[in-house]
Amino acid sequence: MLNYIFYILGGLSVITAIMVISFRNPIYSVLSLIATFFLISGQYLLMNAQFLSIVNIIVYAGAIMVLFLFVLMLLNLNNINEPLKPIKLKTIGVISAGILLLTFLSALTSMYNNEQVLQLSDIGLVKNLGRLLFTEYVVPFEVSSILFIAAMVGSVLIGKRNKEEKEVENA
Amino acid sequence: MLNLPPIEHYIWLSSLLFCIGVAGVLMRRNGIVLLMCIELMLNSVNLLLVAFSTYFQDSAGQLFVFFIMVVAAAEVAVGLSILVMLYRNLKTVDISLFDKLKN
Repeated sequence: MLNYIFYILGGLSVITAIMVISFRNPIYSVLSLIATFFLISGQYLLMNAQFLSIVNIIVYAGAIMVLFLFVLMLLNLNNINEPLKPIKLKTIGVISAGILLLTFLSALTSMYNNEQVLQLSDIGLVKNLGRLLFTEYVVPFEVSSILFIAAMVGSVLIGKRNKEEKEVENA
Repeated sequence: MLNLPPIEHYIWLSSLLFCIGVAGVLMRRNGIVLLMCIELMLNSVNLLLVAFSTYFQDSAGQLFVFFIMVVAAAEVAVGLSILVMLYRNLKTVDISLFDKLKN
């Protein structure tokens, strides 16, 4: 039962991921990427990782993708036709990605081959992960807040116009 | 009845998604789409981490996914602000025109 849902979600997520890289309009790419993230959240839910499923929707689909949409609309890029790479370079890109996939899969087949299915467990519940996060992993958790402050200050500093630029614009 | 697929199928799915992200980085020239493909690759790795953490019944994998999400959010904020600044100076997000470190 659950493995059929896995195959449906997996097939759909591969299709939407291909749509992300094939649409020429970046807005459509962002929307397909949001669909991909929702499908991956479904995969998490299938493995009973409820915390990560919700966090994936809130952080990725809710925050990061909205940031992408804001930037696209702020720069008004949705109607610019992206200059395409020559078809030769595109084919080379696809072929090299295919070779990478082949390498992964050949490494997998030479690994081990057991058909043992995954067992559902309750390690992914909010209660269990939260307890672990605030006891054993509390130091990385606090360090990540410092990382966020650094990213915030850095992006504000980069995005700020400097003085000479303003004076040139005003003059 | 409630059976999940074996771990190999998860590895196949996430390597497929990862390679689609790699193909996107190699194919596209729009800087924003490039960042989106990087997000796709990060998500495929996250999926594999969660699958293995379920497989080994170890919650460390799921916490790693949480921290990867934290780093990804910070990375996107900085990357997009760099792109906005480049767009203000060069009026384009085409990465093949970002080869002038001078001036």
